[in-house]
Amino acid sequence: MKNYLLRHLQVFFYTLGQLARTPFSSFMTMAVIGITLALPAGLYVLIDNIQTASVGWDGKAQISVFLKPGTTQQQARALETKIRHLRPVESVQYISPEAAMEEFKRLSGFGGALDALEHNPLPAVLVIRPGDGHSDPESLQGLVASLRGFGDADLVQLDLEWVKRLHLLLRLAERGVWLLAVLLGLAVLLTIGNTIRLAILNRRDEIEIIKLIGGTNAFIRRPFLYSGLLQGLFGAGIAWVLVQTGLLLLTGPVRELATLYASPFGVQGLDTPTSLALLASGALLGWLGSRLAVGRHLREIEPS
Amino acid sequence: MIHFSNVFKRYESGYDALRGVNFHLEREEMAFLTGHSGAGKSTLLKLITLIERPSRGHCVVNSKNLLKLPRWRIPYFRRDIGFVFQDHRLLFDRTVFDNVALPLVVSGGNYKETVRRVHAALDKVGLLNKEKMYPITLSGGEQQRVGIARAVVNKPPLLLADEPTGNLDEALSDELIDLFQDFNHHGVTVLIATHDLRQVRRLDRRVLQLAQGQLIYDSIADA
Repeated sequence: MKNYLLRHLQVFFYTLGQLARTPFSSFMTMAVIGITLALPAGLYVLIDNIQTASVGWDGKAQISVFLKPGTTQQQARALETKIRHLRPVESVQYISPEAAMEEFKRLSGFGGALDALEHNPLPAVLVIRPGDGHSDPESLQGLVASLRGFGDADLVQLDLEWVKRLHLLLRLAERGVWLLAVLLGLAVLLTIGNTIRLAILNRRDEIEIIKLIGGTNAFIRRPFLYSGLLQGLFGAGIAWVLVQTGLLLLTGPVRELATLYASPFGVQGLDTPTSLALLASGALLGWLGSRLAVGRHLREIEPS
Repeated sequence: MIHFSNVFKRYESGYDALRGVNFHLEREEMAFLTGHSGAGKSTLLKLITLIERPSRGHCVVNSKNLLKLPRWRIPYFRRDIGFVFQDHRLLFDRTVFDNVALPLVVSGGNYKETVRRVHAALDKVGLLNKEKMYPITLSGGEQQRVGIARAVVNKPPLLLADEPTGNLDEALSDELIDLFQDFNHHGVTVLIATHDLRQVRRLDRRVLQLAQGQLIYDSIADA
């Protein structure tokens, strides 16, 4: 057993030496693998970040009820009281058309231009916040339905809608990233397979001799498997560096943007489990690609 | 050690390389296998090392029935045969030491024992002082001797050689064949395929002669 491990260790370092002896071509292969893996890894991190950023918006569901034009303040107040008694509602805020106009003037910057309007086109609005524990889509849909039943309500708008859409889009993107990851994983497999195939053909004589002096297939396979594994691993390492560098470049602008929105959001890099998963999948793909190539070509090489 | 009875070998092309070969080589015997090019010498050696399988007949080498030996056993079977090639087939990107050590590395011996045996084998062929050199820097005769050291390093009971003196001058050839004789004195069964009749006459050992795939002369059986 000790001998067995020792032999593996020997082959490991021998293979490492072989890679180091041809630094340029080794690096080329690893760089191709790195770029191939960086693409899905980078997209994954991006989506992960967007998800983190949108988490904070989930709880603050808000329903706006736009009242029909011409609804008097008394009618609006009566409605407000009625809504307040609905079970999932925590608070209702009445915004009169005048207040809405004031706010719009302040925020839009049109200021005086709006004074030119003959009458206020804005409707009165009731802004409703559902209570805690009622912000799941079903309760909200129910609330929206009952709000729509009130005669004075012109338009009921659930502000959560766009968050939901964003989440659906993200889920779609996530699925896309997985699809891309599978395809690019296949590309890595082929890249390694081809590199190993060339290595095998280059060492045809050596393989024949080893077969003649009693080397088993497992013995002949071993250095090629290690070579594939190491190239995959180093390729994944390059991918890691590429992704982290890319995120580092994004950190500054994103922070400025987040500050504008008064959000504490910052770009998150690859965390340890994800980094390890990236390295492991690189190594695994390398080993697998090598295994496929070796299995196919070793059979063809027989001493003659 | 080698037992052939009524052995035929037909290649896929339809060419009959061996036709009904019968002979028996005893343990610790030494023999020359002669014949013109294309007489079947190489095919015979390929059958013994299981590079090719016989088409018909009965072959037993080192107590193994070659018709029945499964593929996965072949590497282990070959570890008991030392093979010397005409073109010595050394690995030029490795030192003399690493070349000779290869059969031991392949069968997974421990390092200390490997060093000891490689040194013993190199000492035997007189190249102990060149272990760190690369084969390309050695002369033809020296390269052939490295090949021999590699063939005997794991002390196989059977030693085969295919035209080992093919590229050497007379003095070097004599040295080399004497080396084989020396191994034979130490109990190794030796079979040398050659058309160097000078060596055959010089040593006066058993001779097997092939012509057109048939054994036409066996110095022991015919004596």
